[in-house]
Amino acid sequence: PVPVADKRLMDVKLGELGSWLGGRDFTPNGIIAAVRRGHDRYYNKYINVKRGGIGGITMLLVGYVAISYLWEYDHISKKTYYSSMFCLCL
Amino acid sequence: MFLYLSSHSHQTDAMHGLVQASRSLHTSSQSLAPVPPLPEKGGQVRHGLIPEEFFQLLYPKTGVTGPYMLGTGLLVYMLSKEIYVINHETFVAASIATVVIYGIKKFGPSVAAFADKLNEEKVAKAQEVKDLAMTSLTQGIENEKKEQWRVDGRSMLFDAKRNNVAMLLETNYRERLHMVTNEVKRRLDYQIALQDLHRRMEQEHMVNWVEKSVVSSITPQQEKESIAKCIADLKALAKTTQARA
Repeated sequence: PVPVADKRLMDVKLGELGSWLGGRDFTPNGIIAAVRRGHDRYYNKYINVKRGGIGGITMLLVGYVAISYLWEYDHISKKTYYSSMFCLCL
Repeated sequence: MFLYLSSHSHQTDAMHGLVQASRSLHTSSQSLAPVPPLPEKGGQVRHGLIPEEFFQLLYPKTGVTGPYMLGTGLLVYMLSKEIYVINHETFVAASIATVVIYGIKKFGPSVAAFADKLNEEKVAKAQEVKDLAMTSLTQGIENEKKEQWRVDGRSMLFDAKRNNVAMLLETNYRERLHMVTNEVKRRLDYQIALQDLHRRMEQEHMVNWVEKSVVSSITPQQEKESIAKCIADLKALAKTTQARA
């Protein structure tokens, strides 16, 4: 039986989620390694193939758009049609 | 492809400072040659946006239309609650999306064909190099085998050479033999000629001397007597012949 912290996320039961999160490696090296793993999974699945499709980059662009919208949400939500600075922010 | 300076290596990432590959190289002592080829197609993506795994995830519970209903519901919810705000940027995004989708639908296949052609050329070049190397190596192997076969015949070569040398020696010996016999014969002939000459000279000298002594011994008296006798004999002979005739 494998210890909780080494299981993959899909195999972790709901009750073990807290201990799983606690057991993960949050040092800078660990974070960099995790980012690298994620990149490699995405890259080798969608980009590093013989005949890749458009989905490989569109998903990245859509994610970029979504994240930038998320970060600008506060600013955008304040620009209602009836706010005073609307004509200037347009 | 990105280069990473990694320090930790988790189970799947085993290389330091090199290009990452999902087919991990040099992880075990066994060699993975030839390197397995790239996968043909990437992960499936529906509408260019959503990976197929999402649809497969919801299929057992909601069937085929489940994810689409989820998407519609989410969209309507975000619009109604103003989580997604409609402003001038919406129209900008809509026009950009239209143009992009139109471009992709129209020029997608041709661009894909062009990229495929480039790939094909690369692969063909590499294959050419490999084929050339293979042919040259097989040629080398054949040459080597031929040389080995030639080496087997060297005993025959040495026999021929030995024969040549023996023949040369034989001819030389026979030539010298001839020369010796000729020289000896010449010398012996000379000796014979010398002896013949001696005998002839002695003979002639003796004959001359005898003649001279006989001639000198004939005195005039004897000469007259012999002449008279001859005349008398002749007369007698004449008489006998006359008588016979």
